[in-house]
Amino acid sequence: MSGVSFEGVTKRFGDVVAVDDLTLEVFDHEFLVLLGPSGCGKSTALRMVAGLEDPTAGIIRIGDRVVNDLEPRNRDVAMVFQSYALYPHMTVRRNIEFPLRTRKIPHEERERAVQEAAGVLGLKSLLDRKPGQLSGGQRQRVALARAIVRRPSVFLMDEPLSNLDAKLRVQTRAELIELQRRLGVTVIYVTHDQVEAMTMGHRIAIMHEGVLQQVGPPQAVYERPANLFVARFIGNPPMNTVVGVITERDGRLHLALPGGEQPLPESLTPTLRARGIRSVVLGVRPEHLVVDPAGPVPATVAVVESLGHERHVLCRLEDGQFVILRIAADQAPPGEGSMVRLSADPAHLHLFDAETEVRIAAEGVGAVAEPAR
Amino acid sequence: MSALPVPGPVAAGAGAGRTTRLSNKRVREAALAYLLIVPSLLVFAVFVFYPFFKNFQLGFYRTPPFPGLPKTWVGFDQYREVLTSKEFRDSLWTTVLFALMTVPAGIALGLGLAVLAHQRLRGIGIYRTIFSSTVATSVAVASVIFGTLFNPQVGLLPWLGINPQPAILDNPDLALPAVAVTTIWQNLGLSFILMSSGLQAVPDEILEAAAVDGARPFTRFWRVTVPLLSPTIFFAVVIGTIFAFQTFGQIDLLTQGGPLKRTNVLTYFIYTTLRKQNNDGKAAVLAIALFLITLVLTLAQQRYLERRVHYAR
Repeated sequence: MSGVSFEGVTKRFGDVVAVDDLTLEVFDHEFLVLLGPSGCGKSTALRMVAGLEDPTAGIIRIGDRVVNDLEPRNRDVAMVFQSYALYPHMTVRRNIEFPLRTRKIPHEERERAVQEAAGVLGLKSLLDRKPGQLSGGQRQRVALARAIVRRPSVFLMDEPLSNLDAKLRVQTRAELIELQRRLGVTVIYVTHDQVEAMTMGHRIAIMHEGVLQQVGPPQAVYERPANLFVARFIGNPPMNTVVGVITERDGRLHLALPGGEQPLPESLTPTLRARGIRSVVLGVRPEHLVVDPAGPVPATVAVVESLGHERHVLCRLEDGQFVILRIAADQAPPGEGSMVRLSADPAHLHLFDAETEVRIAAEGVGAVAEPAR
Repeated sequence: MSALPVPGPVAAGAGAGRTTRLSNKRVREAALAYLLIVPSLLVFAVFVFYPFFKNFQLGFYRTPPFPGLPKTWVGFDQYREVLTSKEFRDSLWTTVLFALMTVPAGIALGLGLAVLAHQRLRGIGIYRTIFSSTVATSVAVASVIFGTLFNPQVGLLPWLGINPQPAILDNPDLALPAVAVTTIWQNLGLSFILMSSGLQAVPDEILEAAAVDGARPFTRFWRVTVPLLSPTIFFAVVIGTIFAFQTFGQIDLLTQGGPLKRTNVLTYFIYTTLRKQNNDGKAAVLAIALFLITLVLTLAQQRYLERRVHYAR
């Protein structure tokens, strides 16, 4: 087993920069999720580890070896593709043993490895079928079996669950996590699905337009997004963001919001003063926004959506923009059309510089999930 | 809503009425359908069915040695005589040889060029156009080009020092291979296009998976690309074989079946029997034999195409 590291890796396709100066360390035995919207460069980064794309600049290491010039077959990686990429003319058995055959592993050993991998993934009764005779979930397992059969040091997975239906996806997600923990392998997992990222990864690395935005444990990224992009991308429903101007009254900093003023935490005062920031974006997660008669910001309840286990309350602020509150199902929701006042827990306010969109953290705090750059 | 069970008698009544209406509608639809295919059926009848059955009939009559004399009914005797004659066997063997010379080589070359052109390179489109250009070349043009190349006085090959005696197209050992080369060149464009489209249908991800799984380019080609291309290759084999069995133009233009009947393939044999010997009875028998051979090849193709459907998914 071994880790993977990107050192200043850039990939250009003509004028398009798919991956821009990526520096990232994936630790041994780690399950790292590369997360981002489509076209953010996450798949390209993965394919460069596999050797299917050559980096334009930078160094990629697997373990201690620089692999930039190594052929895919010499990198000791296995890859699971979104389409599974099974060999349609071969039986399940031949598919699974293909990586062993190409390495000229003797027959008995091959058979043992195939049986073991098929056992782990519950494929023993399907070994003589062809991929065309399997369901989507079964094909996905064959692709996984083909990946684990020769025990590579690094597993690369490119959206392996996106072709499964919702129910099967939840189940397979759990199985993948269990498989990774059991085999103790290093996994780099590409997805655009934040639920997969949050539930599966030891750490998640968020990319946007080729640039790494933030790396960290899922919870840390959720709690302390490094910039506005991450804040809006992670979380469902997404974080509420409102632009406001900082004012000072009675020696305390306040944020002028539509129809009211939100006092800012004392801990941020020195930073804001020192940097002379005037305009910020305030972010509040839907679960941290509450209806409070003493709250600073007035709003009109537009819609109450009931999801069974919780409710989403859409409120319109005075300037017309919407914010979402998330309240428990057993809590009485405010009536649609009623006027309410909103307040947010000061401990859960996220402030971003309106110009740079970077998180404004109190001095000495914020190292938990450091921004990439 | 209509799937809900309706109480018995009403349902039965409604059901019965509906069936009658349905069958009336079906009859009217069928009538219209037949009406619509009548024009094409007529064309088929005149140009395909009539000649087809007429041909069988012709085969039962012996053509008299001199025109004007009555034809004599000989039944299957003529079939037996013609199909067991050395002349027919020689011609069939020549045709088979010709197919063996042209089909595998044509496909291998087409595949080779397709693999070379299946790259993301600047200007590769120019090569693709060049490789497929022979599709737009007629048999006559191909024959004239190669006839000139092989010509002992002005040809390129003799100029290069390859100048056997007798000259290539008059040489009993070289005439058939020479016509085969012409045919391979002529069919190369089609073969290239078929193989290219086959290659494009092979998903990149499968080849990438094979690369990550440790397969070298050679293994990827033989273990993944070729099996995935096999339906295309088989299709090309069948089409190529049928083409080979129907070859006429290049024979007529380059060798006229000679020397020593070494290039007397079936179609040319039929042609000379009919046009030079005016023996339409014998020609009919030969044509039926060619038809049966082509039929068998076509059936083989259909059976394989069924397997291909199963293959795909």
